[in-house]
Amino acid sequence: MASYEVFVTYKKGIFDPPGVTAERALSNLGYDEVASVKIGKYIRLVVEDREGGLDRVKEMCDKLLANPVIEDYRIVEVEEGTVAP
Amino acid sequence: MRFGVVVFPGSNCEQDVVKACHYLGLQADYVWHADTDLSGFDAVVLPGGFSYGDYIRTGAVARFSPVMGEVIRFAERGGPVLGICNGFQILTEAHLLPGAMLRNRGLKFICSDVSLKVERSVCQWVGLPAGSVVRIPINHNEGNYTVDMGTLMRMVCYGQVVLRYCEPDGSQAPEGSAPNGAFDDIAGVCNERGNVFGLMPHPERMVDPEASGTDGQSFFQAIVERLASV
Repeated sequence: MASYEVFVTYKKGIFDPPGVTAERALSNLGYDEVASVKIGKYIRLVVEDREGGLDRVKEMCDKLLANPVIEDYRIVEVEEGTVAP
Repeated sequence: MRFGVVVFPGSNCEQDVVKACHYLGLQADYVWHADTDLSGFDAVVLPGGFSYGDYIRTGAVARFSPVMGEVIRFAERGGPVLGICNGFQILTEAHLLPGAMLRNRGLKFICSDVSLKVERSVCQWVGLPAGSVVRIPINHNEGNYTVDMGTLMRMVCYGQVVLRYCEPDGSQAPEGSAPNGAFDDIAGVCNERGNVFGLMPHPERMVDPEASGTDGQSFFQAIVERLASV
C-alpha cells in the first residue's frame, strides 16, 4: 500500500472567507504579528500499489478532490504506517 | 410541456419546484439521480438542497451522479437546464457553467429576500426586459460566486451574466450589493448558448401570490414560451 497526503488550498487571488475570519480573530486576540491566514483541506489517501500510482492520485484531485477553477493542490507521498497528524 | 426535476440524495427543494410547475399549469415529475433516461422531458431542473451533504465541495459529488451524464448530453443537444441554488453549484462543478462557489463572505448562512437586476443576456430562461428588478429569496451558505477576470470579460461579451444582486431601485451599491460577496454582484449566469441557466435565488418560491409573490413566475414561463415557439 502507498499513502499520500493531499493539501488543497485556494489559488492565489481567490478570496478565502474562513482564512480572513481566522486572521481577524487572531488579531482581536492580540496576535498582531499575524499577517495572513489561509485555510485549506487535508486529505489522506491509502491506495494499492499500482503502476502510475501518483498520476492516478493527480487525476483524483483534478476530477473530485479539488476544483481546478479555484483551488491548487499538493500531493506528498508518505511512508506507509505514518500516523496522520 | 414536461419538466424533469432531478432528486439527488440531500436535495430538499424538489417539491417546491414541482409545485411551482403545477401551479403554472406545467407537468413536472421527479427524476431519481440514479436514473439515466431523460427522454420525454422538455426541460430539466436541478433543485436546491445539500446534495451529498455538501461534502468535499457543494455539488462536487452530485456532479458524478449517474443522471448527470444524461443531463450533460441533454444540455449539449440544446435542452433547457435550470440549476437553482445547489443546482447552480452542481452545474459549475460539472463545467456546464463557468465559475465556482466560495463560502459566503462573513461565513453566514443567508436566508432573505434580495433584489435582482435582469441583465441583457442570451439566457433562454429570461422573459423580462433588461433592467427589470425582481425580488426573490436566497437561502445558502456558499453563494459567493467567483470567476477569473478573463472568463468574466468573455461572459459579459457573450451575454452570459443574467442576474445581478442590486439595491431595491435597481442600482449597484459602490461596495457591492451581493449579500454573500459574489464577484461583480453576480447572482445568475448562463452558458454561451443560453439554454443552461444557474442562479442562487429561488424563483420557485415566488410563484404563488397567496404564499409569497409572483416574481419567480417569468423564468418558468419564458422557457415554456420559447419551447412552444420552436
